[in-house]
Amino acid sequence: MSEVAPERDRATQSQLVQEAVVPPGEAHDLPAPSAAERVTVNERRAQQVLAMGGGDWAEVSARAHAEGDDDVMVINMGPQHPSTHGVLRLVVELRGEEVISCQPVIGYLHTGIEKSIEYRTWVQGVTFVTRMDYLAPIFNETAYCLAVEKLLGIEAPPRAQALRVLMMELNRVSSHLVWLATTGLELGALSVMLYGFREREEILDILEEVTGLRMNHAWVRPAGVSQDLPDGTEERVRSFVDDMRGKIDEYETLLTNNPIWLERTRGIGVLSSEQLVGLGVTGPMLRAGGIAHDLRKAEPYCGYEQYDFEVPTFTESDVYARYQVRIAEMRESLKIIEQVLDAMPSGPVMHPDPKIGWPARLALGPDGLGNSPAHVQHIIGESMEALIHHFKMVTEGIKVPAGEVYVTVESPRGELGYHVVSDGGNLPYRVHVRDPSFVNLQTVPVMMNGLLVADVIAALSSTDPVLGGVDR
Amino acid sequence: MAGTGSGLEKLPGGILVTTVEKLANWARKGSLWPATFGLACCAIEMMATGAGRYDLARFGMEVFRASPRQADLMIVAGRVSQKMAPVLRTIYDQMPEPKWVISMGVCATSGGMFNNYAIVQGVDQIVPVDMYVPGCPPRPEMLMDGILRLHQKIMAGEPRAKLVLEPAATTREA
Amino acid sequence: MPPETTQPPDLIQPVLTGLRERFGEAVREVSGHRGEVTIELATAHLVEVATWLRDDPSAAFTHLSDLSGTDYPERPDRLCVDYHLYSREHNVRLRLKVRVTVSDPHVPTVTGVWPTANWHEREVYDFFGVRFDGHPNLVRILMPEDWKGYPQRKDYPLGGVDVDYIDAHVPPPDQRRYRGGWTST
Repeated sequence: MSEVAPERDRATQSQLVQEAVVPPGEAHDLPAPSAAERVTVNERRAQQVLAMGGGDWAEVSARAHAEGDDDVMVINMGPQHPSTHGVLRLVVELRGEEVISCQPVIGYLHTGIEKSIEYRTWVQGVTFVTRMDYLAPIFNETAYCLAVEKLLGIEAPPRAQALRVLMMELNRVSSHLVWLATTGLELGALSVMLYGFREREEILDILEEVTGLRMNHAWVRPAGVSQDLPDGTEERVRSFVDDMRGKIDEYETLLTNNPIWLERTRGIGVLSSEQLVGLGVTGPMLRAGGIAHDLRKAEPYCGYEQYDFEVPTFTESDVYARYQVRIAEMRESLKIIEQVLDAMPSGPVMHPDPKIGWPARLALGPDGLGNSPAHVQHIIGESMEALIHHFKMVTEGIKVPAGEVYVTVESPRGELGYHVVSDGGNLPYRVHVRDPSFVNLQTVPVMMNGLLVADVIAALSSTDPVLGGVDR
Repeated sequence: MAGTGSGLEKLPGGILVTTVEKLANWARKGSLWPATFGLACCAIEMMATGAGRYDLARFGMEVFRASPRQADLMIVAGRVSQKMAPVLRTIYDQMPEPKWVISMGVCATSGGMFNNYAIVQGVDQIVPVDMYVPGCPPRPEMLMDGILRLHQKIMAGEPRAKLVLEPAATTREA
Repeated sequence: MPPETTQPPDLIQPVLTGLRERFGEAVREVSGHRGEVTIELATAHLVEVATWLRDDPSAAFTHLSDLSGTDYPERPDRLCVDYHLYSREHNVRLRLKVRVTVSDPHVPTVTGVWPTANWHEREVYDFFGVRFDGHPNLVRILMPEDWKGYPQRKDYPLGGVDVDYIDAHVPPPDQRRYRGGWTST
């Protein structure tokens, strides 16, 4: 191996996937690479890339060593690294500055959430799922609660549905802002980082006003939401939306035509539509590749069919297109927020069935905690039966009929799916989460091949991984 | 200020006298550089603390260092999994002395709500912790309060924390 | 209590008919619940059925949405793997289900049909110990590589620790008594 190493050019992405996928049918046959792309495929590399494995540092470097490839470096990025978006670890093989292979290694934030939920009541489960994808807590809560409601065979009241949409869209903007901020930071655009967090704070203020917490809200509950909007929030949201439109223009002025930004993002991390579909990619990454699929349109939930919005789609399928999709999505979210406020139905925010709905009608007090003095007065002073019912609901929780469902929502990162199984008891039997980051991260080995090491970060951050969701 | 009766009154005006130790402590607390050790939800709040509104730069701490060898404070922000624990300890060992650790949030402090097989029940089983910040996640103000209290501890020259459960393999701080 | 059964939605009928015609021996059970259709398959036929479901125009399930494991310890074939499929073309969902025993937990891999199954199958292997035959790299993904046991099986303990408060002692969550009445001690 060591004598005159054959000219080992990088394998093109489509070749790599072609080898990996080995499609038995016709649907996924990839087009032959063009003459310009034709390069020798190193089978060893290809196999290794496709393994996408947790192959360990020692193993990979020993192999590189054994082959006497002096010019191949194995670089370990993470799991503690400022640019890997949390505790993702990348084992990168480099020749010079060129990436030969890149394997993500995950699991450094495995929290055992899915197992922990099995030992809590259905309502307590919300507090766990909200901590999975911590940049999109409202989406996790909503998806979980929709699954529980589907098992129960009920729907939350219209006002609760509209409030969920309102909060989800605010959350989508804040999540995209964090994406913009961190990606800007990693590509050296520090002002964008400050801007992104500046506007995110405005959203967090609103979320805090409504839910009592800046993050990990546990505000959406099975059969409704825990408390209604406090007075004055509507005006606050409206003024934020007005403000935010100008702020998005500001980001675009900074970045959209910025030659450095273009240089760093155009043509980087391209994925073909076959790769996108085969690897199960969803969300902005899919829409940046020309496939206009959005679960809010395809399988509307929480009344999304009432609102008028576009599904922004681009065709380049590179980092820049993903940036454009996310910017456009923020604008669409603002549109939805305004429509929700205009058409906000009145009524209760929790299902009226006393066997299902939370007994108290909570309101956020000045101390930031949900409380209901009238309910406390009722159960302590007036009705022994109400007290017993309250006690049973709070400690034992609701009972959910046996069965299993799979419910999806469109989170900022793509399809967030909850597979929830009930055995008819008061504890979930099994909750499995299909986290979009988990699936989208599988594209990393495919995207990275042949990139320069500086582009690794751009390509990685364009997948917008949140490791709390990946590892759960 | 110069005391009396110790010969210091002969010093010219405008000169402050202190001990070398105090001077060193003052310098240490004035530019405590944190190593980025964002793990989970708390990491986002840690980033928010460094960003515009809360502006950690006011306390000389905006320089989050990517390399542990340039850092003297580790903010463990988030839940520490069994898989992460050895990595965390390695990074702690790579930091130069003197070094301090802030355990940010209940997960790092005690495992929090994740009382299960996957999470280390308190990062103080792995590294000595000087300051615990409660909350899930703590607000940026709470993190800053923890940092300022750590500053006070450093300024007062208080001894650094020691491991409660000393792992058998380590030879540090008998 | 068995889940209530409902008629499968109309969109999925041609798929079910096609499946029964071609793979009559592979389909063990078809059930519907809350508008979702589940097809339980014989393990040996999984890949051919999956390939047909992906490629046949009447099905076109090109998107493997999720792949999850579940443990039902009271059943002899206790380990269950669910494949949640989605057809963008017809906008329908379908769930495939296979069951295996703990002593022989072998399921053929579907990474050749849907490459996205790669990490999902590793996750199910990691947490339930299901072996996916033919998988390119079946190693643990989320737990450390030297971990013993399969944590999300029902007989694997949750593994929490006792917590002492002043004047109170709280056992780990799996030792608190919730089912059929809750007590705090």
